[in-house]
Amino acid sequence: MRSRHIAALCLRQIYLYRRSFTRLLETFYWPTMDLLLWGFVTVYLQRSTLGKMPMFVSYFIGALILWDVLFRAEQGISVSFLEDMWSRNLINIFVAPVTLTEYLSSLMAISAIKVIAAFTVTSALGWLLYSFSIFKLGIYLLPLVLNLVAMGWAIGIFTTALILRYGLEAEILAWALAFLFLPFSAVFYPVKILPHVLRVVAMFIPASHVFEAMRAIISGGAFPSAEFGYASGLNVLYISVSIWFFMRVYKKALITGIIPKIGE
Amino acid sequence: MDIMEVEGVVKSFERGIYVLKDVSFSLSRGQILGILGQNGAGKTTLIHIILGLILPTEGVVRIFGKVLTPGTRTDILRRMNFASNYVFLPQTLTLWENLMVYAIMYEVREPSQKCAEVLKMFGLYEKKNQRAKTLSSGQMMRLCLSKAMINDPEVLLLDEPTAGLDPEIARKTRQLLVGLSRERGLSVIYTSHNLWEMQEVSDRVLFLDAGRALMEGPSSELIGRYDVKNLEELFFKVIESRK
Repeated sequence: MRSRHIAALCLRQIYLYRRSFTRLLETFYWPTMDLLLWGFVTVYLQRSTLGKMPMFVSYFIGALILWDVLFRAEQGISVSFLEDMWSRNLINIFVAPVTLTEYLSSLMAISAIKVIAAFTVTSALGWLLYSFSIFKLGIYLLPLVLNLVAMGWAIGIFTTALILRYGLEAEILAWALAFLFLPFSAVFYPVKILPHVLRVVAMFIPASHVFEAMRAIISGGAFPSAEFGYASGLNVLYISVSIWFFMRVYKKALITGIIPKIGE
Repeated sequence: MDIMEVEGVVKSFERGIYVLKDVSFSLSRGQILGILGQNGAGKTTLIHIILGLILPTEGVVRIFGKVLTPGTRTDILRRMNFASNYVFLPQTLTLWENLMVYAIMYEVREPSQKCAEVLKMFGLYEKKNQRAKTLSSGQMMRLCLSKAMINDPEVLLLDEPTAGLDPEIARKTRQLLVGLSRERGLSVIYTSHNLWEMQEVSDRVLFLDAGRALMEGPSSELIGRYDVKNLEELFFKVIESRK
């Protein structure tokens, strides 16, 4: 694996964002709007319940900030791939001496950069608007974020494979697929609220363990090592499966000749 | 010495429907091979197979002495490059940024120097800080050709490279390709519907018809063999004979 290849692919995205105000805006606009809208709704609900739910704001704002980490990580992979399709540049990359591993690594690196940028803004807004510091999760913030990034990457690589397989018809998945997991990820409510069947589904979603862990830490409970264990194990499995699926789709694409078709 | 050998390449995307049927040819160092044929003859598919974007159903492509496989592809592509009238570079980036990305990707030793050199080669240096979206389609093709020269390739694959260029720039591009092939030993495979251009530039011509290599050789030899005045007449004679 050559670092210069990965650096070149990242540089292409950095140049793009540096030169595109709309793309920059898109990265920060939606999380800011979410924080403003749902943040104030949360403050209103907490005041209406006369302090019966003291942790409500913390749970909700924390969840908003961390859900955005997952979403940005996913978008960092799938939308970066789409950028090359939209600009009809994909073939230039696929005929350059870049291996598939280097290409996927560059997508992950770009995703990490986007997550860091968006997280900086959302965490600062959470503190400024609601006096909520995500950093009160302390050292546990790191494994929480890493697990969400990993799940975002798994969804992103899987989505990218589907786009590679079905072309621009599957483009909508880059925005939609992550939201499929939202209701079962227990982002804004505990898993125990879900009906039994969905609780079983939630067990297999890494994000549900992460958000359960977040609420436990904010409530001052003990470090939920079991939740971290489940989330990490599931993420290792899902990333492995998504990479395997991407490689399989790529090999099939070499036979069906779809890469030139989606790239031109 | 042959730098590329294509042996018995067959490509079928659907069972029973063949895009390429038993195509074989070779390419020597410093040689320019023109591929001609009607739309759907298999020209672009053949180029994509040589680039490793499509796997052949049967047959072997050997480049620089190595059989092209997913495993050897990266090493081979380091010494090749490609430009097409149908493939662009990101329009939001400037010309300079676009080329810098590829200079780093191809591990060019002096990337800034090389970017300046190729931009000057195709008359775009003055526009280096403009965004690619400000370019006309002909200028975009020149930028793509600049990208294709960024790694000093030994083999260059061009799919209709002069299609969007004005006659003056098209002529300069042809002269440049011939010059590079004579001076630096650059081998070129290119497709074009401009048969005059192909006759002027190509050392050899491969005529594809419905996926088959109908004839192959120096254009003067083919013209003599079929008793016609030029490649265009030969093209129409072949098309007529099929009707």
